[in-house]
Amino acid sequence: MAMAIIWTGMVAVSILCGLLTGRGPAVAAAALDGAAAAVELCLTMAGVLCLWTGVMEIMKRAGLSELLSRLLRPVLRRLYPDFARDGAVMDSIAANVSANLLGLGNAATPLGIQAARLMSRRTPGVASDPLCMLVVCNTASIQLIPTAVAGVRLAAGCAAPFDILPAVWLASALSVCAGILAVKIFGRLWRDGG
Amino acid sequence: MKLLITMVVPLILASAAICGLVRRVDVYGALVQGAGEGLEVTLKILPALVGLLTAVYMLRASGALDLAAAVLGPLLTRVGIPPETVGLMLVRPISGSAALGVGSELITAYGPDSLVGRTAAVMLGSTETTFYTIAVYFGAAGITKSRYAVPAALCADLAGFLAAAWAVRVIFY
Repeated sequence: MAMAIIWTGMVAVSILCGLLTGRGPAVAAAALDGAAAAVELCLTMAGVLCLWTGVMEIMKRAGLSELLSRLLRPVLRRLYPDFARDGAVMDSIAANVSANLLGLGNAATPLGIQAARLMSRRTPGVASDPLCMLVVCNTASIQLIPTAVAGVRLAAGCAAPFDILPAVWLASALSVCAGILAVKIFGRLWRDGG
Repeated sequence: MKLLITMVVPLILASAAICGLVRRVDVYGALVQGAGEGLEVTLKILPALVGLLTAVYMLRASGALDLAAAVLGPLLTRVGIPPETVGLMLVRPISGSAALGVGSELITAYGPDSLVGRTAAVMLGSTETTFYTIAVYFGAAGITKSRYAVPAALCADLAGFLAAAWAVRVIFY
């Protein structure tokens, strides 16, 4: 429902603003342009997107996700000390993080949910500190290769759509660190029931 | 370094294929099957993009986005964020396809290699659809008391936006 309100709001605001600023005709033309542009965008980025999901499938079958999760486990044990000895939870978290790194969103979500379910058994109905950590880490994008964005840039005529990668990695790393820090700080300060 | 980044795509392609072959994976079959899944994803986002780009194009043509950028501009400029990205930052935590729509409009309008275009791309690539993710995870795990999950996740988003603008300036300008 949130999107319904936002969309209606966007359309209403543009009509109102267009009439007030005398750009009514431009708004009317833009409505049709936008719809056409969406199809065009999808067509041009479909190639890149398909190529990457194809490459990701190869990597998945070659066992790259398993390798990544094995490498990640020591770090994750530190991040979730309460569950460090719970093999099932650590397995699903590690698989979730490596799927996120590879941009396998469809695989990452069920794995993360599995971890969340197992973790919530200790505190039914309440988001414990490690659960908050899991969710916050999943809301901070750590995808190594943002394919959809690269597709959009390619569609806009960019010669090197992946030249933003270092900037994306830097920004992602800072964002994840900020999220982890926020969970640690909020975890100390939060008063339950208050 | 620059050559390496330009070559990152073919290098990943080759290393994935060789790695797969060594592990006796049907590399080509996997590629084609994966590409098919990519097509499904594209088809799934197309209807949402039609709806959203219509609204975003209307907003841009009406001058409402310029107005919002002008109002919030001084504050955003002070923290180093291009004010044109204000719409993207507002929808990013709420809807992934909306953010892709707003972002792609920015990238097309200002050019993929402009400061605004690059910042929008990095913002899209380094943040997630926060509210949707929280709803899915906590819904599936039956969590009703979310405690500080939402504010903490929004802190990460805010840091991501600031870091995106900063990283683009440091790396490209």
